[in-house]
Amino acid sequence: MKAKKLNGNTVLLIITIALFFVMYAVGCVIYSNKGFTHLQTFLNILINNAGLLCITCGMTCVMLTGGIDISVGSLVAMDCMILAVGMERWNMNAVLLCILVLAIGIVFGVVQGFCVGYLNIQPFIVTMAGMFFARGMTAVISTEQISISSNAFFVKLANTKIGLPFGSYTNNKGVVQVPFIRVSVIVALLVLIAVFFMLRYTKFGRSLYAVGGSEQSATMMGLDVKKTKLKAYVLSSFLCSIGGICYCLNTMSGNVQQALGLEMDAIASSVIGGTLLTGGVGNVIGSFFGVLINGTISTLVKTNGKLLSSWSNIAVAALLCFFIVLQSIFAKIKEKSK
Amino acid sequence: MSKFKKLVSQPLFLPIFCMILVMAVNIIYDVMAGNFAFNFFTISIRNGVLYGRIIDILNRGSEIAVLAIGMTLVVSCSAGTDISVGSVMSLAASFCCMLLAGYGVSSTNSLATPLIVGVLGGILMGCACGAFNGFLVSYLNVQPMVATLILFSAARAIGLLLCNNMIVYVRDDSFKIFGGYLGFMPTPIVVAIVCILITSLVLRKTALGLYIQSVGINKKASRIAGINSERIIFLCYVVCGLCAGIAGIVASSRISSADSNNIGLNFELDAILAVALGGNSLGGGKFRLAGSIIGAYTIQAITTTLYALGISTEQAPVYKAVIVIIIVAIQAPPFKAFMKKMSVRRQLAKGGAA
Repeated sequence: MKAKKLNGNTVLLIITIALFFVMYAVGCVIYSNKGFTHLQTFLNILINNAGLLCITCGMTCVMLTGGIDISVGSLVAMDCMILAVGMERWNMNAVLLCILVLAIGIVFGVVQGFCVGYLNIQPFIVTMAGMFFARGMTAVISTEQISISSNAFFVKLANTKIGLPFGSYTNNKGVVQVPFIRVSVIVALLVLIAVFFMLRYTKFGRSLYAVGGSEQSATMMGLDVKKTKLKAYVLSSFLCSIGGICYCLNTMSGNVQQALGLEMDAIASSVIGGTLLTGGVGNVIGSFFGVLINGTISTLVKTNGKLLSSWSNIAVAALLCFFIVLQSIFAKIKEKSK
Repeated sequence: MSKFKKLVSQPLFLPIFCMILVMAVNIIYDVMAGNFAFNFFTISIRNGVLYGRIIDILNRGSEIAVLAIGMTLVVSCSAGTDISVGSVMSLAASFCCMLLAGYGVSSTNSLATPLIVGVLGGILMGCACGAFNGFLVSYLNVQPMVATLILFSAARAIGLLLCNNMIVYVRDDSFKIFGGYLGFMPTPIVVAIVCILITSLVLRKTALGLYIQSVGINKKASRIAGINSERIIFLCYVVCGLCAGIAGIVASSRISSADSNNIGLNFELDAILAVALGGNSLGGGKFRLAGSIIGAYTIQAITTTLYALGISTEQAPVYKAVIVIIIVAIQAPPFKAFMKKMSVRRQLAKGGAA
């Protein structure tokens, strides 16, 4: 047979991409009078979900090894709180703080990765403890809502608009609107590209797939499974910290209740994007579309205006459920055909 | 040495040891603060009801104890935890209050439907959530924690929808009884005792407990031995949902309202902690219900002690998370192997010296 046979995983990815376009097209048709058709709406989805995109890239790497990291939402809250307290209370340098946040992310990842890789504890238990730890630490740092306004550099970074050379239009007041993106989008896209190439062409990236595919075979091949797992969790927490900074650029505040349920969004995006929960299959391009679908759902709910925001939570959960069921059906078919 | 080892290897050593540790901390705290040293243990009757710190712990800990029953079964049979229990509690409470107050009513002084309908509705909602989780885990082979992650995030949102994004207050005395007092006894304690008694009776008098353990130890082998593994796992999740529903109604009756965002917050951590503290392996298999129950009350004792030491509700998870990691790390096989190696080395060194 010459034609490449479509396997279940490719089908999943195609379903995802088609789902995104269908969803966006439906949005364009229903809300065309609310400006859904403009390029800026799409760019806003990117801007609002830049942090989520970074986090999902990390999540995908962890899920490729067959693990999971549910500490990301709380870690983002902790990052935002450190940034906010650092700038507002201690008047620290923004760049220094960002480096501090990234370092904390790495330490966090090392502890989690050690517990998962070397102590062989279930990833869910470890990262759940991490989730409550980070959320609690956020409260220890401060229980108030702190908004960032005094640090000139950070505020400027958050407000910088990068205009795109195409897609400008004149609105009904006769003003030319240039579509723009923000710094966080560029960071997120760079992360996406870096992770894509890392997964595809580096030794570490390939060993992630190998460990997720079959731990035993990976060990027999001579891969250091424990070390690979440790590195995966460090990478996830590190990317999560980058995502936390991007998230903070959007919200410009620190709050204990921030980023509640973000881990759910990240896992859902990754699963919708075709990453198998059992590990070994998936790539970040799918995750990118997963994030876009996630963003489109919340934008649709927001554009409607009348729906409660809980609907977007429910819709994402329902989609996640749908894709999990699809995955398990594909897995069962595969088992039977063997 | 051998006596010490025998004591340590007792099945209920870990939870009881932790309980004694917490009590000791309390006594030290009372002595330091200049109070009566056994303040912690005094029970008195004030205003016709039992009063005292022990009673408070038993009272507040009853939700965790009820949750721990379901969680123990789930952990045992499927080697995974149900992280949706907190959210399911909140959903059950919301559904119950919505039935009692009527949809869209934010505060009521009289019941719109009979009390029994609301309470049963809430508990049934819990069962339905459990059945959903159980279906995904047992028949579709999804990892337990991923399957329950769906309801972990969705249940609270559905609860908010049911309550029309409000906190529904049910200010009726008959509803308050579940979180109030039955004579001189706090009702939650009675609820917890009834749940524990029924579960242990069922597990003792039928072969169900044995089935659950055998499925947890080896699913395929138990299938070959003639046990319907899928159905056992499904049943365990339904029981877990049922327990979450009961706990949700008690929690909601305590504050006589359905606060979707706060009922059952972080309870999943407490329930899992209770199971781990009870000496049950989170890897599934054999379980000890008594351990989980003692574990649950120990958790509540820790929480109460943390509050007494002036640590806020939002900060408490830090300490609990650290405790969880330490307990699980001690149970982990690589750690045990390491300890064994160390003790062998020590003995070798001793032998060399002699």
